[in-house]
Amino acid sequence: MVSLNQLIAVCLIYVAGLFTVAFVAERAALNGQGKWLLRSPLVYTLSLSIYCTAWTFYGAVGYAVRSGMEYVTIYLGPSLVMIGWWWLLRRLVRIGRRQRVTSVADLISSRYGKSNTLAIVVTLMAVIGVTPYIALQLQSVTLSLSIFAASDGGTAAQPFNSARAAFLVAAGLAVFTVLFGTRNLNANDRHHGVVIAVAVEAVVKLVALLAVGIFVVWGVAGGVSETLNRIDTSPIGQWRQDGGRWAALIILAAAAFVCLPRMFQVLVVENDDERHLQTASWAFPLYLMLMSLFVVPIAVVGLDLMPTGANPDFFVLSVPLSQGQSGLATLSFLGGFSSATSMVIVATLALSTMVSNHIVMPVWLALRKGGAQQSGDVRNVVILARRLSILLIILLGYFYYRLSGGSGALAAIGLISFGGVAQFLPAMLGGIFWRGATRSGALTGLAVGFSIWAFTMLLPSFGEGSVLSRDVFEQGLFGLGWLRPQALFGVAGLDPIVHAVWWSLSLNTFAFLIVSLCSFPNPLERLQGAQFVNVFDHANPAQGWSRQAVGSEDLMIMAQRILGAAEAQGFFDRWAQHQRRPKQLPEATPDFVQGLERELAASVGAATAHAMIAQIMGGAAVSVQDLLAVADESAQILEYSSQLEEKSHELSETAAQLREANEKLTQLSVQKDIFLSQISHELRTPMTSIRAFSEILRDTDEMSSDEQTHYASIIHSEAIRLTRLLNDLLDLSVLENGEVTLNENEGTLRAVIERSVLTARAGSGRVIRIVRQPELEEITLITDMDRLSQVFINLITNAIKYCDAAAPELRISVAVHEGAVRVVFQDNGRGIPDEVQKFIFDKFARVGTGEGEGAGLGLSICREIVGRLGGTVQYLPEAQGATFRVSLPIGTKAGESLEKTGIRAAE
Amino acid sequence: MSRNPIFLERKSYRRRRIMDAVRLLPLFGLGLWLVPLMWPRQVDPGADGLAMSAVLIYIFAVWLMLICLCVVLWWRTRRAED
Repeated sequence: MVSLNQLIAVCLIYVAGLFTVAFVAERAALNGQGKWLLRSPLVYTLSLSIYCTAWTFYGAVGYAVRSGMEYVTIYLGPSLVMIGWWWLLRRLVRIGRRQRVTSVADLISSRYGKSNTLAIVVTLMAVIGVTPYIALQLQSVTLSLSIFAASDGGTAAQPFNSARAAFLVAAGLAVFTVLFGTRNLNANDRHHGVVIAVAVEAVVKLVALLAVGIFVVWGVAGGVSETLNRIDTSPIGQWRQDGGRWAALIILAAAAFVCLPRMFQVLVVENDDERHLQTASWAFPLYLMLMSLFVVPIAVVGLDLMPTGANPDFFVLSVPLSQGQSGLATLSFLGGFSSATSMVIVATLALSTMVSNHIVMPVWLALRKGGAQQSGDVRNVVILARRLSILLIILLGYFYYRLSGGSGALAAIGLISFGGVAQFLPAMLGGIFWRGATRSGALTGLAVGFSIWAFTMLLPSFGEGSVLSRDVFEQGLFGLGWLRPQALFGVAGLDPIVHAVWWSLSLNTFAFLIVSLCSFPNPLERLQGAQFVNVFDHANPAQGWSRQAVGSEDLMIMAQRILGAAEAQGFFDRWAQHQRRPKQLPEATPDFVQGLERELAASVGAATAHAMIAQIMGGAAVSVQDLLAVADESAQILEYSSQLEEKSHELSETAAQLREANEKLTQLSVQKDIFLSQISHELRTPMTSIRAFSEILRDTDEMSSDEQTHYASIIHSEAIRLTRLLNDLLDLSVLENGEVTLNENEGTLRAVIERSVLTARAGSGRVIRIVRQPELEEITLITDMDRLSQVFINLITNAIKYCDAAAPELRISVAVHEGAVRVVFQDNGRGIPDEVQKFIFDKFARVGTGEGEGAGLGLSICREIVGRLGGTVQYLPEAQGATFRVSLPIGTKAGESLEKTGIRAAE
Repeated sequence: MSRNPIFLERKSYRRRRIMDAVRLLPLFGLGLWLVPLMWPRQVDPGADGLAMSAVLIYIFAVWLMLICLCVVLWWRTRRAED
């Protein structure tokens, strides 16, 4: 027989062992050792076993005694969730890691625009929902101790005091949680000490339950088939499960599995590697199966062995004790103790993170006027807040235990707690699968679900007449018949659990959906919604902070106070390296601020981190670009339309070019038509006279030889004119097409002018006096002399032809001006009328009528030739008479000769 | 979307079907575990409930089968990744 004191001693040794294991694990993690174990999928799976609390360790057997197979639903739901990891958990874990989520409240608040209101609501709901559960653990430990005390038969020095025992257990748990749960501030970092202790306890409770089960099946009942026979003949030997409860409880357990703060802590926050989830997807259902395998045999054997009236919740303990197996009983006690303590530790850890991040820190920040920018280390405040929260929560659990008087079946309290936290489910699922979920929707859904849960499940659990009066139960709230806590809207006859789960979850979901559909999210909500829902699509998260003139110093000061000097320095250095600004503070780019916010969020939660940065950034800054990033679709549409715009711009440009080209073509075509009509006119005139005179010659028989000669000479001259015209046309086309080759040679200007004057005079009957300055003409040129003389001949011939003075005179003067030689041809006639001056260089332009000598191509050809030679030919309207000026550049050689001639001219 | 090929090579095809199986497994399990809703119950008039031993064996057999399938799929996805 084990005495109570011996049991306590074993218990203390076990606890000391746990402390050592946790301590060694922390040290190893700090030194970077033992990663193979600390970060292994095995430890991850075992840490999930905090799902199996003392309620399931002890209570499952009691549950089986009362309701047969129903106990197993509590394990089936989570098994399905784990097996279906791909649907929900994979997404949750990824979001948790990406957003550095610290708790279930942080997840929901972060999703709905980092709303602190929502975080506070979820935190309060979690505290209200989980406190009874913590009380339950304390109760189970003290009850199990009392069973030992009873079997001990009063050999202990003093009678067993359950209140004191509960207090001591609570105090011990608080010390452990404070020691190992608040070692590092970053709630997102793994608590290696806690996790490893939980893993050890997971093994202990499994081994204990299996040991008791094996003892019962093979030691007491005498084998598998005998056990099965015993089961069939026992009071619970037949299937009598209510279908509604069966399905409702599977769903409830599945919902609670992901919503319970402690499960979220181990599943998501403490997750180290997403692949561990895949291993746990089969390993954890296996664990659950083993935990529930021997529940029914133990229950049945317990019913056989134990006296009627014995508490079936403790058959796991009392059956071995009654068989004199004190060692086994001690092991079983340790198993129950492990279940209780590990649950309390992790639940308290999760809740304290929520309370300190979402309630204490915001209040503290609001009370301190300077807010985030004030000096002083915030880390101590955060850690202190977390420690105080731990004490507060465990104290709350203890008081609840004292107030509830340690009564009631374990399973009932457990289910109530499940129902409470399951209210998070619609907001959570909606948040990670539906972009349309809004903060108002989540708040309304939570409020509705939670009120219904409190009214139909929590308050009735205290019993009729305690919180809710008997009248309320029978007549409904305020005497309204449809507000009876166990028959809402007149739906009576349902099982209370099914009733409560159905109404709370369905109305919660309904309110959440309707309000979400009707409300409009703020920009930050939309931003976060996109990031949560598209967590697998976005390689880079969208940005939440616009670029503003923020001193990195301010951010640095704040970061130091929360992360600690060394860590903040490290973080800033990494970013400085990343921005290629070594040894400087990083620039406060949106990326950087976003990263810093995530880092801070891991310590103080998303809402608080956002608020702190907002204080420094000057308001929650979501820029227009961010809004575009939020609306993924609209961003895509925008991009598409901008592409379209670009294309249409290109098109319109091309169209404009085409239009221009078309205009040019039309102009050219008009010019061509004009040219053709002119040329045909020019060709027809001589052709007509040639035809006329040759017909006269042919048809007139008697004609004097003088007449014949006259007509023949007319035909001859017209033929010459035609030839000249064709030559000119050819010449012009050659010049215009640039096909002309210039034969550059050296010669003096004087020689060119001399030759031109001779030629021009030779071809004309009219007499003109030509005044020259031969001494100034001694300029050596390197150019195409023949072409130049062609220009000069044309100009001189024009003067001879068109000068209308009584005594025609042409003055040819030469001057050198700015590196060019200017030759001016000026006659003493009336000059060219103003209105035709600008056309004289055009093709077929002729001044006056009647003369009919030229085709009007001469000046065009002149201009083309001079242009080829690199010079210009101009008409000088202001001068006396018709005055043309030809300017020609002087090449190097020409320049030299020019200097010589200039000197000579000066002499 | 349009960039993805319509047909996959054998290996990736197999991998996708394994992932389909992973997705379907929980629904399969839920279906099997809801079968007890149709069993005769002790409280139904004139009917003896199904023997508890049979219930026990059925539920745990389904459980074990799901775990085994899950292990097989896990093993195969890991091999497919390597």
